[in-house]
Amino acid sequence: MEGEELPGLLVNEIGGIHGILHGHVAFLKKHFYLITMKEFLANKKQMGKKIQAIYLWWHKPVIDQELLQSLPNLKVIANSGVGMEHLDLKLVASFGVKMANAPRAVSSSTADTGMALLLASAIRLVEGYHLAISSHVEYCEADFLGVEVTGATLGIIGMGRIGYKIAVRAKAFEMNILYHNRTRRKEQEEQAVGATYCEKKENLLQQADFVMVVVSLTPQTHKLIGKRELELMKPTATLINISRGAVIDQEALVTALQTGVIRAAALDVTYPEPLPRDHALLKLKNIIITPHLGIKTDKATYMITEEAVENILAALHGLPMPSEVLPS
Amino acid sequence: MEGQELPYVLIDYIGGKHGVYEDHIEFLEKYFHLITMKEYLENKKLLGKKIRAVYMWYQKPVISEELLQNLPNLKIVASSGVGIDHLDLNLLSSYGVKLSNTPFAVSTDTADFGMALMLASSRRLVEGHQMAISPDTEYFPADWLGAEVSGATLGIVGMGTIGYKVAQRAKAFEMKILYHNRNQRTKEEESAVGAIYCKKIDDLLQQSDFVLLSVKLTPQTHRLIGKRELELMKPTATLINISRGLVVDQDALVEALQNKTVKAAALDVTYPEPLPRDHPLLKMKNVIITPHIGSATKKTRRLMMENMMESIQAGLSGLPIPNEVLL
Repeated sequence: MEGEELPGLLVNEIGGIHGILHGHVAFLKKHFYLITMKEFLANKKQMGKKIQAIYLWWHKPVIDQELLQSLPNLKVIANSGVGMEHLDLKLVASFGVKMANAPRAVSSSTADTGMALLLASAIRLVEGYHLAISSHVEYCEADFLGVEVTGATLGIIGMGRIGYKIAVRAKAFEMNILYHNRTRRKEQEEQAVGATYCEKKENLLQQADFVMVVVSLTPQTHKLIGKRELELMKPTATLINISRGAVIDQEALVTALQTGVIRAAALDVTYPEPLPRDHALLKLKNIIITPHLGIKTDKATYMITEEAVENILAALHGLPMPSEVLPS
Repeated sequence: MEGQELPYVLIDYIGGKHGVYEDHIEFLEKYFHLITMKEYLENKKLLGKKIRAVYMWYQKPVISEELLQNLPNLKIVASSGVGIDHLDLNLLSSYGVKLSNTPFAVSTDTADFGMALMLASSRRLVEGHQMAISPDTEYFPADWLGAEVSGATLGIVGMGTIGYKVAQRAKAFEMKILYHNRNQRTKEEESAVGAIYCKKIDDLLQQSDFVLLSVKLTPQTHRLIGKRELELMKPTATLINISRGLVVDQDALVEALQNKTVKAAALDVTYPEPLPRDHPLLKMKNVIITPHIGSATKKTRRLMMENMMESIQAGLSGLPIPNEVLL
């Protein structure tokens, strides 16, 4: 049977809430014999042997010891997206299984999301929209002004691939760019976007009109932005988070927004997602929350799948993988 | 009395929805004796003769022939913002009254706003926010997607100061930029932003993923985008309007959105403003409307006010007028 010649690829489900997108199935089936978790669980012994690769979509299926033990021929796990904090990298590596993420596919799309949130918050888009469509158009224009973007200072915390693409975009808005990163970028890279390195994030926080958080979630970046950091920010400043919800102390953020410690926030990510429906963040006027838009475009999602397939095929053929992730 | 030495300047009203900002008054009163329309109407005979300038904020007060007849010493009208389509230029000219606007103060904010609308529309930001905060939301579906801005094609209709600033910003998103304008820009200007001239607007409309309107409203641009133009656009395209509502045939736009002739629209300007509360555009999920706030930042509004003050002062002293609109 032709299907059995192709290597088995385990996916959580096809379609549905967190499933592989229908539009990607034909492409995946060219290279793999697709097995859903449901099919695997219904016939673990037989299906388990066929599975050589797993493609994670929105962190599913969950990779634990039990699963790894039941997949004797598993060679590689490809993650959709770039964040890997949901995986136990050491555990996976201990089974001799390789891992890959999809850094190229996500960077432009996520940088666009960051800029979209920055601009939307600055122009008070959501509030403006509600005023424009509401039945009672009573308001005082002078009270309803936004803040300037062109010429303002943007502080980027986390200047990896995505952070750098944000700097490229922000430069076109003539923004003054500061950045904080574990390591300093090369001089040419800094000059190309006119970015100034802040060794201490405190310096960045004190000067920025917009603070954009673009770090990966690690034990070091957990609650990176808390009460102290928010109080260092200008009262006219805006906080934008496109990394992971847990990077920000959400309770501290609620207080800061309620008491005017900072002007506004725009979050593409929260902890959890979605937030409980009675969460204080949902009730604030000076916040925009988006449902983890990050890479949610037709183009980016398809590129992620393409990048994942590239990595998987390389691993199965014993070739170097374009974006292998090693346990640090 | 010191008040009588300062020139008398007519304004509509202070505060409220569209009045002169209360925190601008202190500054203006250093240079002018401000007279509100209410005060003028209560004492037309006396005040009419004293008024030498009109400070037009948000297109008010309206300049009618009757008003011009009653202000024999009127020298200059300073209008806020860049658009002058609300003024009868011939009428002003016939009374020997000069005109100024504030084109540069608004240009970067408006370009930023155009980019904001394009990004918000493509990524479905307003819809997304509603989903994120809705009491009924239990999860975020994986197949809920928007469209990419990076690498897409942007067609700019009207490549003046604002249009060009939009092009500069869009270039950083690796967008392919087409533009249509009365006149072609210089080669250096084009290559600086990687913009390709489309002599025929049809070519731009057929190729663009985003069509952004940044033209002046003139008799030639009135209903520039109608049924024909909308049908030339891709069914996956988005229309963004930051110029004037009348540049678009609004009824044709409603129909095009309903029939999926175009995918979405983002409008900072409509006709009228605001739209009647039962207008179909207000109810469509794929339409973002904002209440003409393209230049609504504190800093820019203050700059506009200062520019207008300078224009009035120059006009009253017989000096060259900054930002004069030649009639």
